Amino acid sequence: MRPFDYLEPETLDEALVRLADDPDDAVVMAGGTSLVILMKQDLIRPARVIGLRRIGELRAIGTAEGNLSLGALATHGALARSQPVRAHAAALASTFAAVATVRIREQATLGGNLAHADPAQDPPVTLLALDGVAVARSRFGERRIPLDALFADLFETSLEPGEILLRVELPPLPAGARATYQKFLPRTLDDYATVSVAAVVATDASGVCTHARIALGGAGPVPLRAREAERSLVGHRLEDAAIRGAAALAAAATDPIADLRGSAAYKRAMAGVWTERALREVA
Amino acid sequence: MSAHRIRFTLNGAAVDTTVPAERLLVDLLRYDLGKTGTKDGCSIGVCGLCTVQIDGMPFSSCLLFATQVNGTAVRTVEGLSSLLQEAFTLEGGFQCGICTSGQLVAADALLRAKPDATDAEIADWQMGNLCRCTGYYGIARAIARARDAR
Repeated sequence: MRPFDYLEPETLDEALVRLADDPDDAVVMAGGTSLVILMKQDLIRPARVIGLRRIGELRAIGTAEGNLSLGALATHGALARSQPVRAHAAALASTFAAVATVRIREQATLGGNLAHADPAQDPPVTLLALDGVAVARSRFGERRIPLDALFADLFETSLEPGEILLRVELPPLPAGARATYQKFLPRTLDDYATVSVAAVVATDASGVCTHARIALGGAGPVPLRAREAERSLVGHRLEDAAIRGAAALAAAATDPIADLRGSAAYKRAMAGVWTERALREVA
Repeated sequence: MSAHRIRFTLNGAAVDTTVPAERLLVDLLRYDLGKTGTKDGCSIGVCGLCTVQIDGMPFSSCLLFATQVNGTAVRTVEGLSSLLQEAFTLEGGFQCGICTSGQLVAADALLRAKPDATDAEIADWQMGNLCRCTGYYGIARAIARARDAR
């Protein structure tokens, strides 16, 4: 590993100033689970690492102005155990509990997870389906970024140099909304998903769908929303034909990358199967 | 390149030392502090050999810079009581032994966090500690035995 200078600012403002000093050759470290591996493997060679661990305000989980606010330094373990997270959507808490192993969940953070932009990660999928909005700040101000605009490409985000992710905000769900996260794990339980699906639906008193969100992980270079599939459900009862039709549209929306977890065609087929299962779970 | 003074407790004893920024916790423990019970296996946080406790919870010491434990309480296999060790012996919870210290540290963390851990919780917490010898049944029995003996 290339030697580097380590800074551990006490405040967010100090961290932003330090990052602005050297935006091209400094990296921000939250938990470090992904960053340390990238540095060990010489995939990145920063001159400066800015550790955020002393900035306690970034760990906060709570409600603000009706939104659920998840601090970027909150660990997966803390989020999985959080009562406000469970109250918002039990599927969100179980999504954080489905990540890797207890060791990783205690170290890895929400902000690190999102900034790493690994398309096979779990939390981005459920957060997309819950209409999550990332909030980032630089020395020049704060910016709100809907999550589907945050993920730009494989391991790339739309964060600007000098920006630090502060939190993710989730708006209230429609009354009676039901959510699920389904992770297809044909190998081992601590693996990355081959594909994963989050679905959120709400129906009116007569059973007609009024709100639908379908998001997929492992199904393309970025976690993605299956918008056509969502639109096909709204205005219809969540019956067999509608569910199968939406699953087919979701599969068609994928652009999977072939890897050791399967060919692109296999992952696309599995995206359809698991979308169907997710929708049956919440229908 | 930068040097950092860090202070933490290791198995209850105070440590006050200076490390370069890039020093990994696993290397600090093994090479600087002589705690070789902590092994370095896969080096990417998957295998569990390097498991240590930080403030009671399990972590991969291969994925942490030493600076990240400043101000915490670290526990390694050398700091555990013999209860789990005896249970692993009685239940055949090891064979070649390479994973054993990580298994013990992870199991001890579980029984601290959840003294009444269910068998499913035992399986969940041991999931990231790989063993190629035992098939895991002996390990799970040993942890359940230690749980029941408390």
